[in-house]
Amino acid sequence: MQFFGGSEISPSPPAPTASGNNGHMLYVFNRNGICLLYREWNRPLHTLNAQQDHKLMFGLLFSLKSLTAKMDPTSSEKGNLGVPQLPGQGCSFHSFRTNTYKLSFMETPSGIKIILVTHPRTGDLRESLKYIYNLYVEYVVKNPLYTPGAPIRSELFNTTLDQYVRGIA
Amino acid sequence: MAPVAPRSGDAIFANIERVNAELFTLTYGAIVRQLLTDLEEVEEVNKQLDQMGYNIGIRLIDEFLAKSNVSRCVDFRETAEVIAKVGFKMFLGVTASVTNWDAEGTCCSIVLEDNPLVDFVELPDNCQGLYYCNILSGVIRGALDMVSMKAEVTWLRDALRGDDVFELQVKLLKQVPEEYPYKDDE
Repeated sequence: MQFFGGSEISPSPPAPTASGNNGHMLYVFNRNGICLLYREWNRPLHTLNAQQDHKLMFGLLFSLKSLTAKMDPTSSEKGNLGVPQLPGQGCSFHSFRTNTYKLSFMETPSGIKIILVTHPRTGDLRESLKYIYNLYVEYVVKNPLYTPGAPIRSELFNTTLDQYVRGIA
Repeated sequence: MAPVAPRSGDAIFANIERVNAELFTLTYGAIVRQLLTDLEEVEEVNKQLDQMGYNIGIRLIDEFLAKSNVSRCVDFRETAEVIAKVGFKMFLGVTASVTNWDAEGTCCSIVLEDNPLVDFVELPDNCQGLYYCNILSGVIRGALDMVSMKAEVTWLRDALRGDDVFELQVKLLKQVPEEYPYKDDE
C-alpha cells in the first residue's frame, strides 16, 4: 500500500475475525456530532432520512455512554445522569449485540467516534476499529486539502475502507 | 482482551517515517524567513507561527493518539508528562522534562534542552522580539484543545535570546465538558 508519507501504517492490521460480506454500515463522528463519514454496504431498510439517522445514532451513543458510566459499580465518582462529562471520563462500552446485528464502537480522547455495524456473530472488533482510526489519520488527517471538521470526501479513503471492512466482517 | 499498554516515545520514533533532520531544520528556517519578509513586523510573525502551529496541532493529535495508544490521562500532570516524554520524542526526536508545577497542578514548565528547530540559527539584531519556535507553542495549544483542554502556552526562556534552555509554560485554563451538540428543536 502506498500512503501519503510513503510509509506503512503501523501497527499492521489485526488478523481478520471472520470473512464474507457481513459489514452493514460505518459511521465516523467528530466531537461536535458532525457525521464525517457514512458508508453503507448492506442495509435494506431505511426508515429515516440520512440526517435524522445520523442524529439518532449519535444520540444513542451519547446516552448509552452516559448510562454505562452511571451504572459503573467499580467507580466512586458518580456523575448525575445526563450531566456532561469530560471526554474520556467514566467508562464506556465497546459493543452491543442484538439478534440481528452487532454494533462496535470506539471513541478517541480527541472525540472521534467510529461505529461499525456488522453481522451479530462477528468477533471482537476493537483492534479493527483502531486500525480504521489509523486509516483515518493517514488518508484524512494528513491530507492537506481536507478541512478539519468537514465531511470526508476521499475516494482513496473510501476504497481502502471498503476493502478492509470486507476483509474483517 | 488485555488493554494495550501505551507505547513509549522511543518505540514510536523508531517505527515512524522520518525526514532528514537538517532538511527539517532548514525548511522550518525558510518558512520563518519568508514570514519575516511577508509580514515585516516581528509581532505578526509570532502570531502567524502560533496560528500555523495551532492548525498543525489540531491534526497532529489524532496521529499522536492513533500511534501511541495513549488513552486518557488521569490528570493534567500526566498529560504534561505524556507531551514531554512521548509527544516530543515521537515528532521531534527529543525528550523534554516537566518542572515548576504550581500548587494546583494546572501550570507547569516544559524544558527543552535540545531543540532541533534551532540548529544553525542566530537571531539578528532586528529580530530580537521574535519567538523563533513559536510554532511549538501553537502545536501544543492546538493538540490540547482537541482533547478538551483550553491551555495557554508561553515561552519563559529561549536559548536564542541568551537563556541556557528553552522553557515553555503550559497553563491549563479550563477543561471543557462534553455536551450534547444538538438542540432539542432542531
